[in-house]
Amino acid sequence: MSGATVAQPADSAPIYHKAGSLRRERRRALIGAYIALAVFVVFFLTPPFHMLMTSLKSSAEIADLSGNPWIVSRPTLENYWALLSQGSYLTHFVNSVMVTVCVVAITMVISTFAAFALARMRFWGSTALATGVFLTYLVPETLLFIPLFQTIGGLGMYNNLWAMVLLYPTLTVPFCTWIMIGYFSSIPKELDEAALIDGANHFQMLWKIFIPVALPGILAATIFAFTVSWAQFLYPLAFLVSSDQMVLTVGIISDLIRGDTFQWGMIMAGALMAALPPLLVYAFLMDYYIAGLTAGATKG
Amino acid sequence: MSSLPPGIPAAIAPPRAGTLQRLARRRSTLAFLMTLPLIALIGSLVIYPFFYALYLSMLNKRMTKFVGIDNFTFLLGRETFQMVIWQSVIFAVGAVVAKAIIGFVLAHVLHALPDKGQRKWRGMLLVPWVIPPAISTLAWWWLFDPSYSAFNWALAGIGAGPVPWLGEANWARFAVILVNVWYGAPFFMIMYLAALKSVPDQLYEASAIDGATGLQKLRYVTLPMMRNIISITVLFSLIVTFANFDIVRILTNGGPQDSTHVFGTYAFQVGIQSGDIPLGAAVSLFMFPMLAVFAIFILRGVSRRSKEMAG
Amino acid sequence: MAQVSLRKIVKEYEGGVQAVKGVDLEIEDHEFVVLVGPSGCGKSTTLRMIAGLEEITAGDIAIGGRVVNDIPPRDRDIAMVFQNYALYPHMSVYENMGFGLTLRKFPKDEIRRRVENAARILDIGNLLDRKPKALSGGQRQRVAMGRAIVRDPKVFLFDEPLSNLDAKLRVQMRTEIKKVHQTVRTTTVYVTHDQVEAMTLADRVVVMNHGVIEQVGPPQDLYHHPTTRFVAGFIGSPAMNFIPARLEQGSGALRLALPDNIALPVPPERTQRYTPYVGRDLLLGIRPEHLTEVKATGKQNIATFEAAPEVVEPMGMETLIHFWIQGAEICAKLDPAVPAEPGRKMTLAVDLNQMHLIDPDSGRVL
Repeated sequence: MSGATVAQPADSAPIYHKAGSLRRERRRALIGAYIALAVFVVFFLTPPFHMLMTSLKSSAEIADLSGNPWIVSRPTLENYWALLSQGSYLTHFVNSVMVTVCVVAITMVISTFAAFALARMRFWGSTALATGVFLTYLVPETLLFIPLFQTIGGLGMYNNLWAMVLLYPTLTVPFCTWIMIGYFSSIPKELDEAALIDGANHFQMLWKIFIPVALPGILAATIFAFTVSWAQFLYPLAFLVSSDQMVLTVGIISDLIRGDTFQWGMIMAGALMAALPPLLVYAFLMDYYIAGLTAGATKG
Repeated sequence: MSSLPPGIPAAIAPPRAGTLQRLARRRSTLAFLMTLPLIALIGSLVIYPFFYALYLSMLNKRMTKFVGIDNFTFLLGRETFQMVIWQSVIFAVGAVVAKAIIGFVLAHVLHALPDKGQRKWRGMLLVPWVIPPAISTLAWWWLFDPSYSAFNWALAGIGAGPVPWLGEANWARFAVILVNVWYGAPFFMIMYLAALKSVPDQLYEASAIDGATGLQKLRYVTLPMMRNIISITVLFSLIVTFANFDIVRILTNGGPQDSTHVFGTYAFQVGIQSGDIPLGAAVSLFMFPMLAVFAIFILRGVSRRSKEMAG
Repeated sequence: MAQVSLRKIVKEYEGGVQAVKGVDLEIEDHEFVVLVGPSGCGKSTTLRMIAGLEEITAGDIAIGGRVVNDIPPRDRDIAMVFQNYALYPHMSVYENMGFGLTLRKFPKDEIRRRVENAARILDIGNLLDRKPKALSGGQRQRVAMGRAIVRDPKVFLFDEPLSNLDAKLRVQMRTEIKKVHQTVRTTTVYVTHDQVEAMTLADRVVVMNHGVIEQVGPPQDLYHHPTTRFVAGFIGSPAMNFIPARLEQGSGALRLALPDNIALPVPPERTQRYTPYVGRDLLLGIRPEHLTEVKATGKQNIATFEAAPEVVEPMGMETLIHFWIQGAEICAKLDPAVPAEPGRKMTLAVDLNQMHLIDPDSGRVL
């Protein structure tokens, strides 16, 4: 990549000359690639960057139309401090954590058992069920939120945080089951047979062989369940009304926008902190995160 | 070959109800029990609500009377709803096409990089997908603010006039698509990158020896190998974009003058905010036929791809 | 330790496909039996039925005198070595070998004693802490065997254990397996498609084809006295030549008339055996190693004929030549010192003491 083209007299070594131009061509392509990448990185990172800048500004600086909106002149943490010390931001955060932890746990238990059964223990209707699981994954939440609104109301769970724990698994379980069927199916059959001969029963096989061997898949599924429940917006918006029951995604806008007053500094600070958990998971477990994203395109 | 005619193997294979078979039966029972929570979940919170939605959509507003398909015909006759249909289609198709192209370009560009740099760039480029859209759209909303828009400030810097990002119908339509593209293009990129990596290098080497140029390699090697994953991703994204809620709801809430409503946000406004549950359910159900068609095609693509991966 | 009996066992899959069609086999205590045959001959299915991984459609399997038809694998007291080793990737070598004992709730120090003992036999004592991923193919193979030895089962089952190894390692591990068997003396059933493996390892070889046993016997027996055309062609490498021949009554002795006007005298001691088949179109079976250049051995019953090789393959210790007699490709094994060139006629000697005559209709060796 150093691009140090060997200078050869053109007539004596035409082959080397050609190799040199090949290298030059490749180099030009690479430069083009970096330019394209830089443009998109700027485009992709502009909103979070602007979010960060605004969150560090005082209300006065935000309101000052003469200043440059892209940079902060007197950075302050007052927005963060205000969110964490007063108002219900912390409640929302705790609610989000609670809902997400419960949903992830429920999802993983349901889908691990289901995936193990569907991947390894053929039974009547198991193929149809696997297909059904995939189709369920394709059902968007906007299709069924109105009947669910009625059902939740009927169960007396309207404006109740735990309704989220009940509903979110419909969005997480199908996909997690689906990708785990794939991971479990990729475990060689001889491994079960070896375990069978070694004397393992089905639960020992699942617990001592399948789960440890498919750990990357389980991690990918867990991350997926986490991101989906952390990001869910429609259900809490439709089913939660009082601030103490709200989760972050709806809490920020409902609390920080009072009529026509937008507390942009605090909104941006709150949004940034709300985006932090998924970003951290992503930063530390990027490979599993991506594996989970791309795994859906193959059948188990 | 067998000395027995194929019709009567039962004669030499008397059915036995041995322990192994009992074990097999117990195994299916166990398997069924293991999938029971899944079945219960799908049955009670997906299938039942679907039929419940059908039922609800055939009631009058106060849910006292059965009105058949009146809600559906009423919606179809309303100009606002016709606009919702059009806007949903424009929104989904426009955004998906843009996402697919950007994703394809980025995947290619990334794939051309040396492995080490690739990771770093990929890491940055996936950030929009990682931030929950309900959160990141807030940042866009602020960027589009009528008085404080940072974009308009930058535009003013080069002498261009302020853009009414969310205030004028066509600009607002553009804005919601832009945000959706921003959010979704990284997903396409990552899917295509995975597909690109699964094309064996030997194919490129063989085609290079056969004399293919870069474009010909793309046309005859890359695209055919990726065709399936491209169609799966596009169809999947069509469903998700078509049924989008978060971005439109936060950015424009359907405005100005209902010009940016998609099915999801309109159903929310009619069903939850205005309290006409049956009509809202009907709005949502309008999505169903289209989603079902896409879903079937995805399923076909997915099982075909699995066969390819297995072969 | 135990004997294994298969009595008329049948395996039929859904849809009526019979993989195994009534196999009878008695395997003695301490015996090393190899099931060999082409893929799809039912050998692996038979093994898996002994293991309990496949259900038996009909018949009985007994291990140590106890009918085990309905007993799940874990209670059959068997151990199995798989083709791809099937080592648990998340466990160390030690844990892999001890897993069966752990599940059976053996005391810790007993597990340690047994694992270390097996590791000593297999010379893998220094690998016990490693994960399977960090092992070479041969080492994985040893661990897989160690897992079987540790259990001290009644029967070892091997399912093509060497086919994932490269040629050199395969030979080495073959010796290793034989050594281990000589040490632990456990009854062993071994499945392979490789006849060399079968011949070198087995006390008795069971040749299977299309779900039935073609022949059972010690390796030398199978080589010298195959009873069917299939066994004759399957055992030995390069494979036996089959030449269409007509048995004729010559003056005083029987005579084989081959195409291209070649006539071979049948050894007199076989006259009685073959007389009923005079006038029939048969197949002459002769191994390449019994079709050589003319040597001055003074042996009886050597006939000669002329042939022009079409392909010459020098192998180092011998030279193979190929020629055609009326569409039948014939291979002969020459001393490398003998000059052989494609297209040049040469005289070849047939050792007729080693000939076989095969009835092409029934496939039986006469």
